[in-house]
Amino acid sequence: MESLTNKKKVLEAKPLNFWERAYLPAILSGLSITMKHFFRKPVTIKYPEVKREFSENYRGLHSLKRDENGKERCTACGLCALSCPAEAITMIAAERQPGEENLYREEKYAAVYEINMLRCIFCGLCEEACPKEAIYLDGDIVPTDFLRKDFIYGKDKLVEAPLNQ
Amino acid sequence: MELSLVIEKFILVAVIFGISLVTAMYSTYAERKVAAFLQDRIGPNRAGPFGIFQPMADGAKMFMKEEIIPTQSSGLLFIVGPSLAILTACIGSAVIPWGQQLTIGSRVIDLQVTDINVGILYIFGVVSLGVYGIMIGGWASNNKYSLLGAIRAASQNISYEIAMGLSIIALLMLTGTLSLKEIAQQQHGFWANGWFTWNVFRQPLGFLIFIICAFAETNRSPFDLPECETELVGGYHTEYSSMKLGFYLFAEYINMFISSAVMATLYFGGYNFPFMHHLGLSENLVTILGVVALFAKIIFFIFFFMWVRWTIPRFRYDQLMDLGWKVLIPLAIANIVLTGIFATVFK
Ligand code: SF4
Ligand code: SF4
Repeated sequence: MESLTNKKKVLEAKPLNFWERAYLPAILSGLSITMKHFFRKPVTIKYPEVKREFSENYRGLHSLKRDENGKERCTACGLCALSCPAEAITMIAAERQPGEENLYREEKYAAVYEINMLRCIFCGLCEEACPKEAIYLDGDIVPTDFLRKDFIYGKDKLVEAPLNQ
Repeated sequence: MELSLVIEKFILVAVIFGISLVTAMYSTYAERKVAAFLQDRIGPNRAGPFGIFQPMADGAKMFMKEEIIPTQSSGLLFIVGPSLAILTACIGSAVIPWGQQLTIGSRVIDLQVTDINVGILYIFGVVSLGVYGIMIGGWASNNKYSLLGAIRAASQNISYEIAMGLSIIALLMLTGTLSLKEIAQQQHGFWANGWFTWNVFRQPLGFLIFIICAFAETNRSPFDLPECETELVGGYHTEYSSMKLGFYLFAEYINMFISSAVMATLYFGGYNFPFMHHLGLSENLVTILGVVALFAKIIFFIFFFMWVRWTIPRFRYDQLMDLGWKVLIPLAIANIVLTGIFATVFK
């Protein structure tokens, strides 16, 4: 068939000539290439001491945001949990009691909010789903730990520090 | 035999044994470092400064690991395998001349454990024994992959031993002796009678064949088919764990050390270095410098082994056999003929 794009390249499998079949010249050129790399500066970043710079939209650890008055923004609508492809988020909603207006912005809030960091794939869909701009993946890399249960992060770890403290 | 000779030899054996083990140990470290540098990385750098305690850490790890002997394995042979591998790897060093004579007081000490007059044959014997360690281990594991790896190792070693032996014959036609000590002495200095004394300059083709076969004999990449991970899991040591596995891996590095030493002795002048007797140094100093020179050559060859390993991919099995039987053996025979002609013409 006539080629539509003219991008087709026909490659001919030429029989190897003597030097190619002798193989040694190819090995020598390979050796010289690797030797060049021997003296090149290593690209390694020695991780715990030195950190690679993150890009601005790097998706790291989640944080639950507070508004300008220091109230928790999350209203436990559950959209983040619904959108989460890894089913990493669980929450229990509760009603705001009188006198707690300085703590929670909406009448309904998340009494328990847990993200399983071993399930999470850091896709950022929770952040996109949130109607209240309450959750952002603006943190660091999730630190290592020894037990699986310690990777389930509750509100104590997720919610931003209160404003004036 | 006088007692002092026994003591002298005993010390020499202990020192050489120690050196082989330390070199093998640090070859594992060097391998990882060389691999890292060739790939623009840093390599192990946590255990001690620059990671120099890494081999110790690895060794300790090997010892602490659980010892697993498969129930279906043939008990005794399973243990004999790695023991034989490391044993044959170690005894090869006995005939290598590590240096000239050292004079302490009135005693003249030969820096060679024993100068048997069939030194090269001894090395060949030991090397071909080495394959039994692999073969027995692979067979005793009662595992298909191990057996395949072992069979590969055996057939590969047998095929390449022929070419290796033939390339040595050409060398022996020039040296006229099988004793490694005399071969090293013949390459005295660097330049004599208008030509280099080192055998590599008289036997370039022979050396090329020899070094290729040495790669195959030590199961190093590109001929590391007996333990090729992509096809055979781990090859002959798939079922091994703990220090038995350690022995197999260690034997490989000791083999590398010994074959580097043999190559340096046979083709690169052994302990000889240029101008060794024109510098006006005392005999003992020359001897010590000679040992240093030999080790420099050995280290270069070990580095070369690694350098090649991290450069080229491994052969396919049929290519390996093709190369051994259809290329190297005819080439080695041609080399013998050429050497014969040259030797008669330029006598
Ligand atoms: S980042 Fe993705 S996977 Fe992680 S919690 Fe949010 S939606 Fe789920
Ligand atoms: S974080 Fe946002 S999406 Fe998730 S429950 Fe709270 S308000 Fe709803």
